Amino acid sequence: MKQSITLGKVTKFMGLGFLSTLKSLFTGKLEKEDFINFLRKIVVPIASILLFIGLWHLGAKSLYNREADFKIEKALKDQGPAAAEAMRECIASGDISCQPNTLPSPGQVWGSYKSLLRDHNIISADKAAFKEKTAALNAQRIADGLAAITYTGRPSFIDQIIMSLKTVFAGFLLALIIAIPIGIFIGLSPTLKSAFNWFIQIFKPVSPVVWYLLVFMIVKTILIDSSEDSSFIISFISVGLCSMWATLVNTAMGVSSVDKDYINVAKVLKLGTFQKIFKVILPSSLPLIFTGLKITLSVAWMVLIAIELLAQSPGLGLFVWEEFQNGANDSNSKIIVAMFVIGIIGFLLDRIMLTIQNTVSFNKNDGI
Amino acid sequence: MNTIIEDKKTNSFTDNGLFPSSEVMLDLKKLKKVYPTPKGDYVVLEDLNLQIKKEEFVTIIGHSGCGKTTMLSMIAGLNEISGGNISVLGKHIKGPGPDRGVIFQAPSLMPWMTSLQNVLLGVNQVFPHATKSQRNDIAKYYLQKVGLEDAFYKKASELSQGMQQRVGIARAFAIKPKVLLLDEPFGMLDSLTRGELQDILIEIWNKEKITAVMITHDVDEAIFLADRVVMMTSGPKAKIGDILNIDFERPRTRKSVLEHDDYYKYRKHLIDFLEH
Repeated sequence: MKQSITLGKVTKFMGLGFLSTLKSLFTGKLEKEDFINFLRKIVVPIASILLFIGLWHLGAKSLYNREADFKIEKALKDQGPAAAEAMRECIASGDISCQPNTLPSPGQVWGSYKSLLRDHNIISADKAAFKEKTAALNAQRIADGLAAITYTGRPSFIDQIIMSLKTVFAGFLLALIIAIPIGIFIGLSPTLKSAFNWFIQIFKPVSPVVWYLLVFMIVKTILIDSSEDSSFIISFISVGLCSMWATLVNTAMGVSSVDKDYINVAKVLKLGTFQKIFKVILPSSLPLIFTGLKITLSVAWMVLIAIELLAQSPGLGLFVWEEFQNGANDSNSKIIVAMFVIGIIGFLLDRIMLTIQNTVSFNKNDGI
Repeated sequence: MNTIIEDKKTNSFTDNGLFPSSEVMLDLKKLKKVYPTPKGDYVVLEDLNLQIKKEEFVTIIGHSGCGKTTMLSMIAGLNEISGGNISVLGKHIKGPGPDRGVIFQAPSLMPWMTSLQNVLLGVNQVFPHATKSQRNDIAKYYLQKVGLEDAFYKKASELSQGMQQRVGIARAFAIKPKVLLLDEPFGMLDSLTRGELQDILIEIWNKEKITAVMITHDVDEAIFLADRVVMMTSGPKAKIGDILNIDFERPRTRKSVLEHDDYYKYRKHLIDFLEH
């Protein structure tokens, strides 16, 4: 019993409260209330997912038919009835050359997902083989002071997800390093606040595309004599600059709105500036700072895709763009796979931040 | 009965400002507080004179909004003085400082710290040259005194209001201030807890004898704790209306005070003042 309480607390703490319903289902102790909860929290979402997939399937099918009819119609008009018949047969046979290019069905997307995984396995095996083959040679090269030979093959889908996560975390860290200290200074000093306020108000709403171009102009010139690929640097800096504003504003607000009672205590005890900041002001503004960081991370993930696409930096954004340009038969369904992956990762990042936020929040009721 | 009250008045009120200076801990002279408002200045306190002796416990009673808290926060240095001056042991005060410990109405603990850390926050500041374990001992000693020996490592946010205010008391005594300022510290507590905390407060105070100024709304609390009860007139331009000496022996118990012959006389005096 005791354990189940703590488990329930942990899952609720992480915002995954619906899992505790599943648990009571498996322990077999179903009260009436549990049953209603089970209906509401498990059955209803599953039903709505199925409904969504069903509607998607129907929609995709009707779009497919529209596109197919149009193709046959066009063949009839341009080349005559024989060509139209040939086109009809070609489409029915599922031949790649004449498939209608439209919204893919759920089945196709699932197929693409599996093929992407297969692709990943093949590339991983290839990479491992390459590593094994070059191990001796690379050891020799390093001993000779030469750079090791690295695998230059095409990255798999999973590799690109990992690249995207790296970019987003680098950008997030940059945002954190810039925004929190500046936010603290602005929050502490009304003079600095009025000095910086115009800056924040003007640059906060600027679009990620423009940030990218700005960073591109600067970084390109700074790295002008370097042969390294600067796309990763440009994209993570752009992500950081785009997403840091929420943290900056929230930190400044948290620091400037510390409970007056705490400030009075600090005054009566004559705490030094350093102690006042680290023992009183920062801890009391932590919940707001973390709210800012949570927004920053989700903004970072959202703008990342657009920025990777512009920067040609490897990652999910570039994957989507390349598939779109590629126009192969399964490109559309791969794009939809990427869309779901992006959404799910964004959701997980948000949950992770929420969990961290709840652990640092001293008032447990504030967080959730 | 009137004559007795008159007696008290001549004993206490008229000799205000006439204590030998070596005995005076806290001295308010011609104290004035003005808040500027769009409709002109609002004078909260004017020409307020009060002397408090060393090792004296003074309670201040008066109607809400009469400026009691303003006066106390001016003594604490948290509120600017508009006119006159406040001195502690003959020295004019400049801003807040740990020589004047404050127990606030809200416990004002840092909720992210344990009760021990909250007390240490002050102790570290006041005894920077003591070793870490000495400072820990001081903090723990006072927490024990307020009955929190089992709650050293509990987060302040996990404690009840009453327990939080106990930590507040421990924090204030642990920095060994010259003057202790209490701004209705038990106002937010239920009457049972209030009684408990009054007992704890008076027990530590009997031991430490720190000059104390306490604001209260509670007539019984004012009598039970104080050597003198200061009555303030209603604002604006509030000043000292009357001072009542409480001549009960110390240490006092609640029972002995309630059974004392003079208790109801004192009580009537205070209530008469508040009702007129």
